[in-house]
Amino acid sequence: MMGNVTLLDFLSSGTPVEGHRPFPRFRLDIRAWRALVGQLSASDWTVMALWGEAEEIHVALCDDDTGDIAVASHPCPERWFVSLGRARPGAIRLERAVFDLWGLAPMGLEDRRPWLDHGRWPSRRPLSPQPQPPADAPYVYDFLTAEGEGLHQIPVGPVHAGVIEPGHFRFHCQGEAVVRLEQRLGYLHKGITGLLAGKTAEQAARIAGRVSGDATVAYATAFSRAVEAATGCEIPPRAHWLRALMAEMERIANHVFDIGAVCNDAAFAIMLSHMGVLREKMVRANDALFGHRLLMDRVVPGGVSRDLADEGAEALKYLLHGFSKDFERAFKIYDNTPSLSDRTQGTGIAQSSLVHRYGAGGFVGRASGRGHDARRAPGYAPYDMLDLTIPVYSEGDVNARLMVRFDEVRESLGLITQILADMPPGAYQVPLPQVAGEGMAVSESFRGEVLAWVRMAEDGEVMAGHLHDPSWFQWPLLEAAIEGNIVADFPLCNKSFNCSYTGVDL
Amino acid sequence: MIPPISKVLFKHLVRGPHTMRNVPPPDPDGSEELARALGEAVRQRLGRSLAIREVDAGSCNACELEIHAVNNPIYDLERFGIRFVASPRHADVLLVTGPVSTNMAEALRRTYDATPDPKWVVAMGDCGKDGGCFKGSYAVVGGVHEVVPVDLHIPGCPPSPKQILAGLLALLETVS
Repeated sequence: MMGNVTLLDFLSSGTPVEGHRPFPRFRLDIRAWRALVGQLSASDWTVMALWGEAEEIHVALCDDDTGDIAVASHPCPERWFVSLGRARPGAIRLERAVFDLWGLAPMGLEDRRPWLDHGRWPSRRPLSPQPQPPADAPYVYDFLTAEGEGLHQIPVGPVHAGVIEPGHFRFHCQGEAVVRLEQRLGYLHKGITGLLAGKTAEQAARIAGRVSGDATVAYATAFSRAVEAATGCEIPPRAHWLRALMAEMERIANHVFDIGAVCNDAAFAIMLSHMGVLREKMVRANDALFGHRLLMDRVVPGGVSRDLADEGAEALKYLLHGFSKDFERAFKIYDNTPSLSDRTQGTGIAQSSLVHRYGAGGFVGRASGRGHDARRAPGYAPYDMLDLTIPVYSEGDVNARLMVRFDEVRESLGLITQILADMPPGAYQVPLPQVAGEGMAVSESFRGEVLAWVRMAEDGEVMAGHLHDPSWFQWPLLEAAIEGNIVADFPLCNKSFNCSYTGVDL
Repeated sequence: MIPPISKVLFKHLVRGPHTMRNVPPPDPDGSEELARALGEAVRQRLGRSLAIREVDAGSCNACELEIHAVNNPIYDLERFGIRFVASPRHADVLLVTGPVSTNMAEALRRTYDATPDPKWVVAMGDCGKDGGCFKGSYAVVGGVHEVVPVDLHIPGCPPSPKQILAGLLALLETVS
């Protein structure tokens, strides 16, 4: 089965599962699953997400050559499965999380340390059919070591010095240089996968929009699209355009603030002030147009909850004109400050080979030569009707990740102009039909591709759901990118990655 | 060539900072009055200085975005003597966000213990009050008050910068 076999050809050896839309799902037996693991080490299919259920493991795969996306499922009644982590290192943390939550053991995986479970939950394997009694004491985490003369450790977190999310970083350093960084996350685990089950689609979308608050539009869009796919709901065209408008406004607000914060971590505070003002303009526009500064709960299954008034569109055009001028002024400052470039260029390089191997998206991928964007592949409405260029750089350093953000803000400003010009009139929401089914959808957040999967019951309740954050495949690259850099550059590198803690902790 | 940064600096020398332009006195939405009142109360009780340590105990990071916003030049919290500090050892107030995940409960308790007296705790956001939309999960404690004593809740999901300012003012009145 090796060689140039396409994903769909390969998976057709399994049993197709009815009612999974729009991408097919196949159930693989143990033999086919083993073959899949073997095939993954030979092919360049991308692992998009991996998650569990009570008695089954699912992996979403993408064949970049044909553009096909499919889900492979493997029933594991004996509560173990052959690990994908050896062929796809990006899957390692996902499989450790699957074991913590569902108790499905990844066979052949070397790293079996708990990931999300810190030994503090009221029960272990909380989502398996038989949760186990709690741990006697919180686990002691076995950090990887580094040995050599003059090496010392620096433990940081979970409570950090700034206004940031909690996570633990263990540095092994020689003098100022970082020899090894290891992350330990999971502090923000809220049990979101468990919470989704039994909720109505609206309640579940509200929770999905709070997996990672900075990407709430992208999450709500992915989840709503998955629910709409599962129930066969056709939403009005205007709703697609309004979602895209909100998504681009969210992208701009996040990117400009990231640019400011990265420069601030390079001790160039004027940029943070400048960008903070730009971000505030954008979130105030969100509030004025849609009634929420971060646009939470504005994208709902069946459409959007608020329409854009005509005078709102006019006001937004006026705002964007001034915004664009201020933004270009900030870019000139960035581009003409050698002391700043000195900190950002050549710092924290993420190797292109690793970025491809992990399938990292967003600005992390695009700064290292991987131009994947869910708005293009697989693509979704209305982006198929919009003119969109995806910026790709090859340097992979902090500067390249900033340049991607600068370019994307310009792109998004252009997209908003196109959207305002071409948005069709009409309804913006339809009632959701009560139909059973399974659906999967992706959307492009400012960080990269968000994936949502859902199984709906006939009475309109969510039976099971899963949300995958792009940061799963970006966090491990930060560990690699910081190697050999000085400790003082860690905040700079970390902010340039700006991975979501809450998104991966779920 | 004139460096671009000097143009920006010069512009603000001539036209004034963002703070004045965007929050003109008297501000119709009241945030300026609110901010000024907050500044006076802080001065009376704590000698022009209030140090806040933020602890994310399970938030979705939306609250953190709005905390960053109160520090931007438009709201400019620091002009009233209120600032965010890097260590609980330097703090008068703990500003806690999130429903308190079980994995963060001990870290929150230890941060509280590390803060010198007198100290106050502000629980921020709807999930900081009772768990919000994460209520009932196996992995959340369900509200900051379950772990450390809370002096004040700031409602909202997430609270706007104006609500955060209003909340800190209310705290000062509770403290008296």
